Amino acid sequence: MDWFLILEWVIKAVILLLFLTAGFAYVTLFERKVLARIQVRIGPNRAGPQGVLQPIADAVKLIFKEELSPKDADKVIFMLAPVITVIPALVITAAVPWGRSINLFGREIALGITDLNVAALYILAVTSISVYGITLAGWASNNKYAMMGGLRASAQMISYELGLGLAFVPPILLAGSMSLVDHVETQAAMGIIRWWLYQPLGPIIFLIACIAEVNRAPFDMPEAEQELASGYHVEYSGMKFALFFMAEYIKMICVSMIGATVFFGGYLGPFVDQFPILGPVYLFIKVVGILFWMVWVRATSPRIRYDRLMAFGWKIMLPAALFNLTFTAVLVLLTGA
Amino acid sequence: MTSPLEVSLLEVSIDELKHLVSERALSGETVLLNMGPQHPSTHGVLRLLLELDGEIVINCIPDIGFLHTGIEKTMESKRYEQAEVMTDRLDYLNTVGNNFVYCLAVEKLAGLDVPPRAQAIRVILAELQRISSHLVWLGTHALDLAAMSTFLYCFREREQILDVLEMCSGQRMMTTYFRPGGLWRDVPADFEITVRRFLRTFPKRVDEYEALLTNNPIFLDRTKNIGVISGPDALAWGVTGPSLRGSGPDYDVRKVYPYSGYEQYNFVVPTATGGDVFSRYIVRIEEMRQSTSIVQQALDKLPPGPVRSSNRKYVPPPRAEIGVSMEALIHHFKLWTEGFSLPKGSVYLPVESPRGELGVYLESNGGPKAQRAHYRTPSFAHLQALPLLSKGRLVADLVGIVGSLDIVLGDADR
Repeated sequence: MDWFLILEWVIKAVILLLFLTAGFAYVTLFERKVLARIQVRIGPNRAGPQGVLQPIADAVKLIFKEELSPKDADKVIFMLAPVITVIPALVITAAVPWGRSINLFGREIALGITDLNVAALYILAVTSISVYGITLAGWASNNKYAMMGGLRASAQMISYELGLGLAFVPPILLAGSMSLVDHVETQAAMGIIRWWLYQPLGPIIFLIACIAEVNRAPFDMPEAEQELASGYHVEYSGMKFALFFMAEYIKMICVSMIGATVFFGGYLGPFVDQFPILGPVYLFIKVVGILFWMVWVRATSPRIRYDRLMAFGWKIMLPAALFNLTFTAVLVLLTGA
Repeated sequence: MTSPLEVSLLEVSIDELKHLVSERALSGETVLLNMGPQHPSTHGVLRLLLELDGEIVINCIPDIGFLHTGIEKTMESKRYEQAEVMTDRLDYLNTVGNNFVYCLAVEKLAGLDVPPRAQAIRVILAELQRISSHLVWLGTHALDLAAMSTFLYCFREREQILDVLEMCSGQRMMTTYFRPGGLWRDVPADFEITVRRFLRTFPKRVDEYEALLTNNPIFLDRTKNIGVISGPDALAWGVTGPSLRGSGPDYDVRKVYPYSGYEQYNFVVPTATGGDVFSRYIVRIEEMRQSTSIVQQALDKLPPGPVRSSNRKYVPPPRAEIGVSMEALIHHFKLWTEGFSLPKGSVYLPVESPRGELGVYLESNGGPKAQRAHYRTPSFAHLQALPLLSKGRLVADLVGIVGSLDIVLGDADR
């Protein structure tokens, strides 16, 4: 057994976890700042220069808040639900490559935790788990609003996951592999424009579905502050609430990473061949771009009604994704790509 | 810590609600959901008891009274000029309008004439207030449908209007600037420039709101054919104002019973025929444009002259006169110690508030205090129609419907 390999994995896993948790904190600040700019406000600027310490202040506040649980809540599930939601969010990105391998201390180090050969399947499977957390939170809270939020979450998941899952298939066909590293390398070989031409609807379907995946506006039905008074997490306070919050923002980062990797070239960019260390930088820039887009959508779009989302998922997204898949399949067959 | 027994005594049992909900609620087939009084989108402290089948509203029972402040009763124990201060607090988005209708009623009972300059300034401020109220409505209505940015854009413009009110009266909201017989004082010198500056920018801003919402497919989806009420139904339920005009009838008090010189201004009463949330939205958006035009016209022909009636029995003399005229001093003393008395009689007078027909009923027994003061408020009447509008809709629609009626709980509860 190569002990250095284990050490390398541990270090990389710790880096990823730290990146996600710190990223979560700063995505909240990023969102608040961008929203503020769009809405002609200034945004948080009291804690530290330009408000950079605001996430820390928020975290301290949430940690010291009293933890309340409703009288007739199912205590065990009530405790477990936030955990069930947050753990998948933390492990999704294990299969996403950050860049090509670099040479460090005489070792060839692959940037990325693992090149999983069933990465696409793994991602779909793991993201689906977190909806259990939301539904169970709604159920365990013993609150009608929370319950409705939880039910909406499960109804929503059934509707959009079909489109999301099918959007992953054309890249698999094109790359001939489920590994995200192969996806990126195929994009490098084909060129990004050809990659899109082979699956014209793929990126659009994915971007729409990933907003639904992270329960954000305009698909934030499970929360629906104006209707359900924050829905499934209405009874949660303190750190348990923070975990839901964390799950949402970490999932934002995760789906952005996945989207950037599968559809926008991942770590590819100018000079990445000569300097592989630029890979993570390009990935980071693309992730920030997608995050900005998500915040922008939230700032401008009203919430869609949940029955409309279901209709949209089944009647538009699913046929569109199927068409997209057929298109790619026929093209691959004809060109033998 | 209350014991379980006490709690059960406090809670309303389902038997007491039997006549309001359907049979299925009693068997537990449908869910009773308490929406409000603490809820983000009930626009204040409105409580809606909902009977839900899944997310479909079977019954919606509005429960008001959480903001009841006894203003009407308190007005009976205040002299006429003191009672006006209470009226600011009724509909807190239309404070100028509340003063307006009260002053008109007092003036009618007293037979007071208001100088043309005061009338024109009243119209300008009332229309600015209408715009600001519609801005709050648009912002909160869009926020109810989760279009959060519109809310902040609307409040940016509302701020300019509140600045105008502040420069006139010293107060941003509770102005009490209109007084029986005219105004508290003339407008400051830079009033006209400030209002004109607002008028220049505002129409473009309305276009911006429309660009964000009017053709937005999600917004259309959330508003079209939702909360439909027919014209005759709306009239029968006492719905007035933009909510009525969204259903077809073009009843507008400013046109039908003009007051304060509204007949001189050229404006149209926008109507729509859909009777749904979207029609009410379109009507209000167009009303903002019309109000801008009314303010423009009133400002263009703002006559010079006094802003208070010279009838010293009702209106205090100017400060300068008190020092030189014994009679003025006596009038001032009498007005500030015992107030003025109105002749015996009663009056009902409506104006067009941003929400609809706002009427005041005053009954005088000849003394300095009203025997009875009553406000006919549009929000109260509109809440009656809510069950009709929301039956069979989803909870998500209900939020939009409540928003589209533009209720203010201070207006409904009084």
